[in-house]
This record gives sequence, C-alpha cells and structure tokens, in this order.
Amino acid sequence: MDVVTLGRWQFAITSMFHFIFVPLTLGLSVLVAWMEWRFVKTGDGTWLRMARFWGRLFVINFVLGVVTGITMEFQFGMNWAEYSKYVGDIFGAPLAIEATSAFFMESVFLGLWMFGWNKVSKKTHAWSITLVAFATNLSALWILLANGWMQNPVGANIVELAGNPLVSRRAEMADVFAVFTNPYGWVKFFHTVLSGYVLAAFFVMGVSAWHLLKPNEVVLFKRSFKAAAVFGLVSGFLVLGTGDFHGSEIAKTQPSKLAALEAVWETHKGVGLSIVVIPDSEAERNSLELITIPKLASLLAYRDPDAEIKGLKDIPKDLRPPVGLVFHSFRLMVGIGMLMLLLSIAAVYLSFRDRIEASPLFLKLMIPAMALPYIAGQLGWIVAEVGRQPWIVYGVLKTADAASKSVDAAQVLFSLVAFTVVYSLLGAVDAYLLVTSAKAGPEARLPAGLDATGKGV
Amino acid sequence: MDALYALQVTWFVLWGVLWSVYFMLDGFVLGMGMLYPFMARDEKEKRTMIATVGPVWDGNEVWLITAGGATFAAFPTTYALMFSYLYTALLLLLFSLIIRGVSIEFRGKVEKQGWKRFWDVGIFVGGMLPAVLFGIAFGNIFQGLPMDASGYHGTLVGLFNPYGLLAGVLFVFLFMVHGALYVSVKTTGGLSRRAAAFAGRSWSVLAAVAILFLVHTYLSTGIFANYLASPVLFLLPLAAVSSLALIRLQLSRGSLAGAFAASCSTIVLVCATGFVGLFPNLIPSSLDTAYSMTITNSSSSVATLAVMTVVALVFVPVVIAYKAWVYRVFRGPLNPEDIDSQKVY
Repeated sequence: MDVVTLGRWQFAITSMFHFIFVPLTLGLSVLVAWMEWRFVKTGDGTWLRMARFWGRLFVINFVLGVVTGITMEFQFGMNWAEYSKYVGDIFGAPLAIEATSAFFMESVFLGLWMFGWNKVSKKTHAWSITLVAFATNLSALWILLANGWMQNPVGANIVELAGNPLVSRRAEMADVFAVFTNPYGWVKFFHTVLSGYVLAAFFVMGVSAWHLLKPNEVVLFKRSFKAAAVFGLVSGFLVLGTGDFHGSEIAKTQPSKLAALEAVWETHKGVGLSIVVIPDSEAERNSLELITIPKLASLLAYRDPDAEIKGLKDIPKDLRPPVGLVFHSFRLMVGIGMLMLLLSIAAVYLSFRDRIEASPLFLKLMIPAMALPYIAGQLGWIVAEVGRQPWIVYGVLKTADAASKSVDAAQVLFSLVAFTVVYSLLGAVDAYLLVTSAKAGPEARLPAGLDATGKGV
Repeated sequence: MDALYALQVTWFVLWGVLWSVYFMLDGFVLGMGMLYPFMARDEKEKRTMIATVGPVWDGNEVWLITAGGATFAAFPTTYALMFSYLYTALLLLLFSLIIRGVSIEFRGKVEKQGWKRFWDVGIFVGGMLPAVLFGIAFGNIFQGLPMDASGYHGTLVGLFNPYGLLAGVLFVFLFMVHGALYVSVKTTGGLSRRAAAFAGRSWSVLAAVAILFLVHTYLSTGIFANYLASPVLFLLPLAAVSSLALIRLQLSRGSLAGAFAASCSTIVLVCATGFVGLFPNLIPSSLDTAYSMTITNSSSSVATLAVMTVVALVFVPVVIAYKAWVYRVFRGPLNPEDIDSQKVY
C-alpha cells in the first residue's frame, strides 16, 4: 500500500478510536453536572451518590479521550504535512483556540472536581463539573468548525507565496468571520454534540437497567434511568432535526456527497426516495430499488419536491466518493437513529408511568442497546469523511496531494501497526475498567465529611 | 517594522513562552514519574506520589497541546515540516505520553498486585521517555536539522548524536531535580525528607551536565551567535546559571519551597536562553541556511496572526487566573489522611 492509503487507514483508526470516548464525555459531563446541582438544591444525598458514581465512569472514559486526542493533533503534521502547510493558516487557528479556551478549563476543573470534595464549597464543586461540561462542549465547537471548513471551505483565498523556499502556494484566511460562522460547521456541531447526549443517555439507561434487573440500588438507578430517558428523548429529536439541516447543508455545498448519500446516478428533478436500494458503482446504477416514495429526496435536500439533484454520472469518476460505503453507512445510521428514538419514547413512557422495574424485557433490551449510539456515531463519521473523498478539503485540495513527502510507507506501516496494537490494548483495559466499575455500583455510603453542610460537600 | 513582522516576533515570543511554561509544569510530573519506582517505599507512599500530581498533570499537559496548536496556527509550515521530519521520534513521544496519562489514572482502579505493578512501570516509562525525547528533539533543533531544497535528509538514528543525547541527559536531570523538589514540597515525613535529600545529591550531577552542555552548545551549535552580536544578552544564561546555584543554596538553607521556585525559574531561563539563541529561526537548517524555518518564511498570514493575538490576549490571562486559583486550593503538602479516605488513586 502507498503512503496515502496507509495514512488514511491510520487516521481512520485513530480518529474512530478517539471518537469512542468523545461523545460519552460530551453527554455524561452534562448529566453529572445536573445531578450535582440537584444535590446542591435539594440536599438529597442520593443525587450526590449518583453524581459520584457516574462521575467515576466519566473519569475512566475521559482519560482515554485525552490521550488519544493528542494523537489527532500530532497526526496532521506527522502524516499530512502537505495538507498542514496548505491550510494551516486557516485550520490551525480553531485548533489553537480549542486548546486555550477549552482544554485548559476542562482539565483544570476536572482536577478540582476529582480532588476538591472537601476543599471547596458545595456550589463551587458543582460549578467545577459544570465548567468541565461547558468546556467539553466548547472544544467540540472549535474542532467541528475546523472540520466544517474542510467540508465547506469558506473565507479563504488561495495565495502564491513568491520567493518562499518552504511553501509556494496555500489557502490564507480572508474572512475570519466567515470561517467561524460557517453554517456547515455549526450544524455539524449541534448534530454531533446532541448525538453525544443520546449516547450518554443510552449509556446511563443501559447501566441502570443492569442494576434494576438485579435489583440493586433501585431508587438511585430508577432516578438515573428517568433522567437519562428524558435527556435521550429530547436530544434524539434534536439530532433528527439537526440531521435534516445537515442534509440540506450538504445539498448546498457538496453535490458529490449528496448524490452518494441518495445513490442518485442520473441528474433529474423530483427525485424519489427508495426504502430498499442496492447501488452498483460498476454499472453506474442501482441494481435494486424498492418501495419508492416519490419526490421525497428532492424535498428533504432542497425543501422543494421538484428540485433537481445532480447525478453521479455528471460527476467525473475520479471525483466521486465510494458510493456503496457512504450510502449504506448513511442508511444504517438513520435506521439506528430511528430505532433509538422509539426506544427513548418507550423509556420515557415507562419511567413516567413508574413501570420501569415491572418491564424486565425492556430493561434487558436496553443493555445491548448501549451499543447503538456508538455504531451510529461511527457511521456518521464515515458518511462525513468518506463522503468528502477524494477531497481532503472539498473542492480545494485532494487527499492524494496532502500526505507528508518526507515520510515513507514503511514508517507509516510501522506506526499503523503500533497504533492498532496499543489502542486495542487500551480499549480492552478501558472496557474492563468501565464494566467492573459500572457493575460495582455506587458507594454504599458517602465518605466521611462529604454530607456535612457548608464547606465540604 | 511592519505589522506582519511585529506579529511574527510576538508569536515567536509566545511560542517560546508556551514551551517554557510547559517544561516548567510538566517537568515536575515527568520527574515524579522517574523517581516513583525508587523513592516510594510502600503502597501508601506510591499512592501519595501519584496524588501529588493527580489534580494537575492533565492541565499541565495541555500546555504541550497548546504549544503544538500555536505552532500549527502561527507557524504552520514549521508545524508541518517538523512533525513529519521527526515522525518516528514523535510517535515514540506520543506513546510515552499516552502510557503516562493512562498509568496515573488507571493504577489505583483495581486492587490487584499484578495490575499495579504493570502501571508502576508505565508511570516510570511515561516520566523518563518523554524527558529524554524532548531533550534529544531540542538538542537537534539547536544544532539544526539536515534539510535543503530537496527536503529532509536526517534519520531516526541520526538524532541520537552526542549533542542530542547530552541534551536528553540534561532534560532528565533538570526534571528529576525538579520532580524531587516538587514531591518534597507536596509531601510530609520520610518521603519528603528523602525527596529533598535526593534533589540535593542529583543537583551536583545536574550542575556538571549543565556546564558540559553550555560548552558543547558553544562548540557545536549556532545558539551563541545572537549573544556574541549583543553581549548584553549574556545576562540570560548568567541568570539561568545563578538560578541553578540558587536551588542548592535554598536547599542548604532548608527552604524546600524556595528551592522548588528556583528550579521553576531555572527551567524557564534555560528554555529562554535556547529560544533567544534560535531567533529568528524556529528550526535552523544544518545544510543550507536558506532552508531554515524562520519566523518570516514559515508564519501564518497577518490576518491569522492578528486573530490569534486577540485570542491569546483574551484567554491566556483567564487561564493563568483559574490555574493559579486551583493551585492555591490544593496548596501545601497532601494530608496523609486524605490519601486513605479519598481513595482516588
């Protein structure tokens, strides 16, 4: 394999592994903060034990998010030096802002939260996890504005650098306002962050279901389940809504991705949406199309049932993304999303009717359902990143021209193998720790001094 | 002086400050890791040593992420070329930092001997290896990397040259003394006394390595050219050496906090001495100075640098304020009772 292909595999593996930990961090921080504020308002120790139990799982997960995140920052330079040289003037800024505005806050206040139980007041302690939640979500904004720019490169000029021995041509920042208000980046931010909330909700519901089936700590886990069910349902609907906006943003800016998502080969108006489709890239047509709803694809993409969608045949073959992978990933993501919405509705219904303990079958279902949002999130990134190919920056720079010139295939093969081995071990250890900590359940009693009033939570 | 050049100089200074603060803060975490297997005599002392860095190691590592991000944003060409040229060395650095973070956080999560021993090794490796690699990297940067019109001509083995290795040894001893002083300040009883005594003994080695390093730097790098051009700058390395001597003096007076403060300023001044010598290069070429990465040929545009300056002016003071406040919350030695009752590590 050549250096570009190996580098792409490495980036895919390391970023997908990183994104196992990110969405749980996004959502669980919000839930833990909410639990701790409930404790501050009510003085009910169960809320505090909830915050400490879910917070412990949060921390185990958070560490791997941190250490695998550094890999991402280094990799742009290590493997994609031509890309970094070409777009660093624009792409570097959100990354640096992410570190200064979010990573410091997240790490410093998580340290305070973990070790500050008897050192600061209850409110200050609740504020510290609130700031962790805020900073985590803020960091998602900056990184997704960076990714949004790769999808829809606004506010840039291509500039020739005469006489520079190191770089001859690059994209330069022409309109910083445009880069930071890029609608593609913002819609991606909301879609991604909200999907992280859904993931955290399913995580909390799944673990709670396991304990409720025992039954163990029924009051605490019923309360956790109910809170997560509401959080998951509200976020789920918003993921659906933002997904719809995301689709129309793609329609505006990335015709080749849209055509692959919908498996549209011929340019035509009033494009229908078929429930069952099998695209055939060789024959440049769909070998199967069943149950077609007329004009729905046009309506969803352009808010107009008669709108024209550009077909893949009108896009040169070398500028098309791999249709099958993008199409099936997209369909599967949407399908899993719908399934999760149904489960969330049932979860909210059963929680509010106070019938959740009396529904062992549903609880058993919610344990494997923890995997659903993880799968959907990974599929979403396949749609976003594979769907952008062959471009690394859509319409501006091709992935094939972006790799480092000084790095050879043997080096990347070595690092690819090393990452795969090390990450597999880390993943196994993390899963083991999460499962054992989740099964161990909350502490039976709060440590001495933690339930006192005033200073010392 | 035009606006672009002023911003380029500003970002060179900020770049140097970010690296210096990173080494000052992460230096004691790395140093703690190096000493950890030898200094802690029992399980409680091990947990105490880890707990000294518990609330701060991640926040300290963010200075590295910020230094990396600032290099990307302000000097993208340097970021791209440096990271790809030093590919395998950076890979090792990444793995050692991953091991460090995970080992600190995971060790105390399972009560099994084998589990703990495994992560004990990780804490040591995650302390020692980054220090060596950072030293070698900066040693080679001071000498210049072999790069010209056709790109980079260096190899991984080539980085392990005598001067690079000496820089690695210097970093190890700087951080080891720094870490020992930090542990002595943050703990009580026997552990604190042993850490302080160790700092005193290894200080002599550090002083010898530092002198050797200064001479070697004069002989094999262009770092002193700026100093010879404006001799007033020699006050900087002089201050670094004085600060190093002050560590010993404070230890003799029995002031651990004073010695740790002197160790902080020593690391910052050593870094400053290096960066002033590099200016206006970020990474000089050892083959052809036309291909050195300088603040002018590898920086971002004036627009990006201006935006980033505003960002730095807004966020850096805020970051320093809350970091200082959290360090204040955790000030003073750890309470041995907390180590038992809190059970975080």
